[in-house]
Amino acid sequence: MAAIFILIGISIMIAGTFLIGFLWSVFSGQYDDDYTPSVRMLFDNNLNESINIKKSLKQPGKNAGRKI
Amino acid sequence: MQVEKFEYDNRIVKNFAYATMLWASVGMLAGLWVSLELVFPSLNITQYASFGRLRPLHTNAVIFAFVGNGIFMGVYYSLQRLCKARMFSDTLSKIHFWGWQLIIVAAAITLPLGLTQGAEYAELIWPIDVAITIIWVVFGWNMFGTIIKRREKHLYVAIWFYIATFVTVAVLHIVRSGELPYTWLKSYSFYAGVQDALVQWWYGHNAVAFFLTTPYLGLMYYFLPKAANRPVYSYRLSIIHFWALIFLYIWAGPHHLLYTALPNWAQSLGVVFSVMLIFPSWGGMINGLLTLRGAWDRVRDDVILKFMVVAVTAYGMATFEGPMLSLKSVSAISHYTDWIIAHVHIGALGWNGMLTFGILYWLMPRIFGTNLYSKKLANNHFWLGTLGMIFYAVPMYWAGFTQSSMWKQFTEAGQLKYTFLETVTYMKPFYAMRSFGGTLYILGVLIMVYNLYKTVKSGKLIANEPAEAPALAREYVAHKGEHWHRWVERRPVQMMILSLIVVLIGGVIEIVPTFLIKSNVPTISSVKPYTPLELQGRDIYVREGCYTCHSQMIRPFRSETERYGEYSKAGEFIYDHPFQWGSKRIGPDLAREGTGNLKKSDGWHFRHFREPSSMSEGSVMPSYAFLMDEEIDTSETGPKIRAMMKLGVPYDKSFDLIANKLLMQQATSISNNLATDSIRIPANREVIALIAYIQRMGKDITTSNN
Repeated sequence: MAAIFILIGISIMIAGTFLIGFLWSVFSGQYDDDYTPSVRMLFDNNLNESINIKKSLKQPGKNAGRKI
Repeated sequence: MQVEKFEYDNRIVKNFAYATMLWASVGMLAGLWVSLELVFPSLNITQYASFGRLRPLHTNAVIFAFVGNGIFMGVYYSLQRLCKARMFSDTLSKIHFWGWQLIIVAAAITLPLGLTQGAEYAELIWPIDVAITIIWVVFGWNMFGTIIKRREKHLYVAIWFYIATFVTVAVLHIVRSGELPYTWLKSYSFYAGVQDALVQWWYGHNAVAFFLTTPYLGLMYYFLPKAANRPVYSYRLSIIHFWALIFLYIWAGPHHLLYTALPNWAQSLGVVFSVMLIFPSWGGMINGLLTLRGAWDRVRDDVILKFMVVAVTAYGMATFEGPMLSLKSVSAISHYTDWIIAHVHIGALGWNGMLTFGILYWLMPRIFGTNLYSKKLANNHFWLGTLGMIFYAVPMYWAGFTQSSMWKQFTEAGQLKYTFLETVTYMKPFYAMRSFGGTLYILGVLIMVYNLYKTVKSGKLIANEPAEAPALAREYVAHKGEHWHRWVERRPVQMMILSLIVVLIGGVIEIVPTFLIKSNVPTISSVKPYTPLELQGRDIYVREGCYTCHSQMIRPFRSETERYGEYSKAGEFIYDHPFQWGSKRIGPDLAREGTGNLKKSDGWHFRHFREPSSMSEGSVMPSYAFLMDEEIDTSETGPKIRAMMKLGVPYDKSFDLIANKLLMQQATSISNNLATDSIRIPANREVIALIAYIQRMGKDITTSNN
């Protein structure tokens, strides 16, 4: 029974070698786009935020829209 | 490409946000209460609120209730937007939310009742462990469902952190929860002694890594750029430090067991990887802080950025300190002291707390379509929180260093200079100052709750927030010369498997040999299984959370062997399910309490349990007078013995049938012994069992020496 742990361990170590290959590719700068995703994530909310502001202007709560 | 219209689910985000605020208050108030118990031991009112039972409630509430809900709040908000898709299933979201809250409530009921497994941060009993597994799978199902139906091809770095969190926590939880139930509420750990310790700290350290760190790094990578409205400093750095972090973290657990009976090679492995961890950790911190380059003027005005900057700075401090504490020479000083308490609170109050608050202030007005009620109150919260952290951490650093020095101090004649009790009473002012810092921090949290309550009142929940995005092309046409790993990054399921493999390597290599190599646990022939009465007593020791204040692990230092006796050997613990080495010495080590200079009479222990300060003036230990009224549950003796036999403890065949007879014999002899000390107590009381266990501790080794 315990041997199964060894087998799992060995198979996983082999997979680990693949990981080293993966890391190597990352370190050697082969990620061809390592900039735009960081900018793209900023944009998705713009539309929604304008909706938010419009809404809060239309139905101001007690303190909504107050300059804070 | 056709543009699709869809809606983000904000209601689930709101629910998790409310739960975050509720459990933050509860968990931190529990923490304040237990800290005050060390200053005023009379606050240990009834057994249900004693330090040993409430401290696990505090740690579990803060980690799994406060931070847990914080994670889900942030993930449910950011994942939808990063994937440009609504959560996979609203039903799964609801099951996840209510299931998690039910687990928390179950924990809050069972822990004060003394239902515990006696393993730090894994105290919850086995039925709750099963529930956690189910709800965690629901969370994963919902998350991967969302990722699969996403409209954005690239998986932003935050999502990787969420995936790694899901996968690793699942593995950790299952391995640590390996337990054999013997009633429908109680169970014994599969592992014993040194193996249990290794599993425990492999789990314990990675709970810090994959519950308190990686999900929060993911949240940082989403909410910090959003709040600052600028891209993260280096996306490439985020990729590198992510892979490095998950690969290294899983190996670091043994640094919790330096100088213990854990095999030395495992200790050294833990140290090496802990030291290396500073690079990926600081990669994250630098990436977070440099995101604000050229925008530091905004930090002056924007309270949300202030919270986040303090959070990331605290992360940097804690992850510098971590590798340092992992060095054996530093651990020799810091282990078992309040230094560690300071260290974890820099992480919890600073990193997790402040980042959660920043996210709440950013997110709540957005999902309620309004503005924050009061920036001034948020600023007050910021300063209360920051000062609270300082007033908490500085006395604890001071206390830890001082107490450790006192433990190790010898007179010129070569005698230990201080009794343990002297070092405890010396700590009281520090404990009081710590409670003051904690009070400030909690005040800040309550102000936040009020501020956000007013914010919510002034707006209306945008339960379904409209959004639109083009559908993702079904088939990806690989362009010429593309690198093979692009294939991996496009596929969340494969990525999950890869992450799983990465984290498993470390775990398997460290744990498997310890299981298999018999020489790791030298068999000591004089070490015998516990008698039925001692076993019952040991379970009372576990139930009362004695391990939260007492270690059972004497390290091989002269200052320890002089004080406690022969240092602990791995072979002494082979029948300990679960191990009870502890991690903090608010009271003295008990590994050899029944032997040598430490040996005390049954009568002394009886009086000490009834009123500790009557035997040790100034002791902060709670009274355990209720053990004199509670009767030993002998109906469980049989199942307990049978469970132990299944776990390999060599009791004789059908020992379970005579166990209660032997139990009563031993109990009667202790009761008679107490009677000679003019203490009249029936033999069937729990205190008798606990005395039997205490008197047994450390005896095996001493006998063999004689």
